[in-house]
Amino acid sequence: MITLKNISFQYQNSDFHLEFSELAFQSGSKTAVIGPSGFGKTTLLNLISGIYTPQKGSVAVNGKIVNRMSDSERRTFRLTNIGFIFQDFKLLDYLRVVDNILLSFRINKAMTLNKSIRMRAEEIASLLGIEDKLNKYPNKLSQGERQRVAICRALLNDPSIILADEPTGNLDPENKHKIMHILFDYVKDRGSSLITVTHDHELLQGFDHIVDFKELYTYS
Amino acid sequence: MRQSFYLAYKYITFHKIRSIVLIFSIGIIIYLPNGLKKLINESEAQMLARAKATPLIIGAKGSSTDLVINTLYFQQEKTEGISMKTLNDVNASEFGYAIPVLSMFTARGFPIVGTDPDYFDFRNLSLASGRLMSFVGECVVGSAVADKLNIGVGDSLVSSPENFFDLAGVYPLKMNVAGVLDPTDSPDDQAIFVDIKTNWVIMGLGHGHEDLTNNYDPSIVLQRDSSTVKAGAKLYIYNTINGENMDSFHFHGDMNSYPLSSLIFIPKDHKSATIFRGRFESGEFTQQIIVPEYVVNNLLQSIFRIKQIFNTVFVLVGLATMLILALIVTLSIRLRKDEIYTMFTIGSSRLKVFEIISFELIILIGSSSIFAVLLYLLTGFFVEDFIQNFII
Repeated sequence: MITLKNISFQYQNSDFHLEFSELAFQSGSKTAVIGPSGFGKTTLLNLISGIYTPQKGSVAVNGKIVNRMSDSERRTFRLTNIGFIFQDFKLLDYLRVVDNILLSFRINKAMTLNKSIRMRAEEIASLLGIEDKLNKYPNKLSQGERQRVAICRALLNDPSIILADEPTGNLDPENKHKIMHILFDYVKDRGSSLITVTHDHELLQGFDHIVDFKELYTYS
Repeated sequence: MRQSFYLAYKYITFHKIRSIVLIFSIGIIIYLPNGLKKLINESEAQMLARAKATPLIIGAKGSSTDLVINTLYFQQEKTEGISMKTLNDVNASEFGYAIPVLSMFTARGFPIVGTDPDYFDFRNLSLASGRLMSFVGECVVGSAVADKLNIGVGDSLVSSPENFFDLAGVYPLKMNVAGVLDPTDSPDDQAIFVDIKTNWVIMGLGHGHEDLTNNYDPSIVLQRDSSTVKAGAKLYIYNTINGENMDSFHFHGDMNSYPLSSLIFIPKDHKSATIFRGRFESGEFTQQIIVPEYVVNNLLQSIFRIKQIFNTVFVLVGLATMLILALIVTLSIRLRKDEIYTMFTIGSSRLKVFEIISFELIILIGSSSIFAVLLYLLTGFFVEDFIQNFII
């Protein structure tokens, strides 16, 4: 269960102000977050993951208050609980696909990169149909393949929450549906929560809940 | 740490051209002051060693620097010469002995140095092949001359005419290579040694031609009486000296007045040197006598001042480079904002990002240092050329 209460958040040196009283996401549910650009949908994902902390209010995940954790605790929380997927994939161009998938294990002392993790990376790549692309660089892949790599990276640590920021925004219709099926199947199999920011209303029918930001909070 | 190094290494190797340009630029900045210091130090050592090994030089009054450079490095500066009479007078003084040096001409870019066999003993020059010159018209070449011109014993070299348009002037002389010297890492490697008389033949003071005693061709013999024969321009002058025409070579005029560039004087002992120098100061000799070590030392003092200016310039350039490097790192971090954000989202700490970027810098600066060390080691191989081309 993810609960955000009495949230007030403002970026430094910016007029943007996100404020709402309560928002909750059920464990194991698939939620689509919709709304106009600039309303703070991506900020919401960053608040849930603990990248940003609100000036007021609380963000609780499974009873733990994320915004009261120390930096290091929030990092560990993200590593063990969250899988991030971005619209523009955010793959590192200088790393091969396999190294991109394993990135979180290379940048965290808390996580040990061993043979079983490498095998798991290969398994997930195989599940997503990119097992033959592991030694390629991202610039040699199609958009759909890049997003699959990004999903592999997000799923490697078996997250209980998947935060996807317009994951199909750069994909053609065929790939768009394939990627969403992959995510839906994964969430169903593992019992994870999926929170997806999207502008694509075609995809909404696959979600359990829809949060429309326009109706949610006061934007100033 | 290992993982951070891995990511840094991947970043550097992926952006090959950018990294190579940075490595080269930083490497050159690291190398330049050190390389220049090595060049100057080794140049100083080598120049001083040759100067110290040459006790005294006697030459015409004028620039002592030109005289030393001409005598030690055969640079053929336009200095006043001295005559054979000076050599005879100096040798008659019994304070030591003198070795003549006459360096005025070149052959294929290398100086022709007229001297006598004592020079080879004095400089401890040994033969790699062949023998020393025994006849007029023979030469012994330094190792670098032999290498660069790909010549050896039995081959020949033609002296370069001084002026192509002076039809009555110096004719080229074809010289036979009698020997090749062992390398010495000194200007002797770059010289073509001949007997003084060979040099005089090149100057036109001596020559060989067909026998006119029994030649009655009016187009060649213009006038004849009981003691002299006057010949015209049609007379064939030999441009090579061999067994068949050697006897026809002869010199005209008083050989005591024949020119020399300078003399290397080797005194019997320190006392003899002091007394002998006094003779020059008292005016008994009209030439100058100099201690090459003092002259070279003065020359090096000037170089040392230039080195200090260079050092200051390099410190400033180094500082500017460091600032530019800092700017590049800052701009690079801005450009990599997305990448850094991605790392944060998947659990990286600021310290980890700092560690990765630090490793990138360490790899770049480390590689630049290795490049600089390689350049520094290479510098050692070019010291000789550097001295020949830039110092002298």
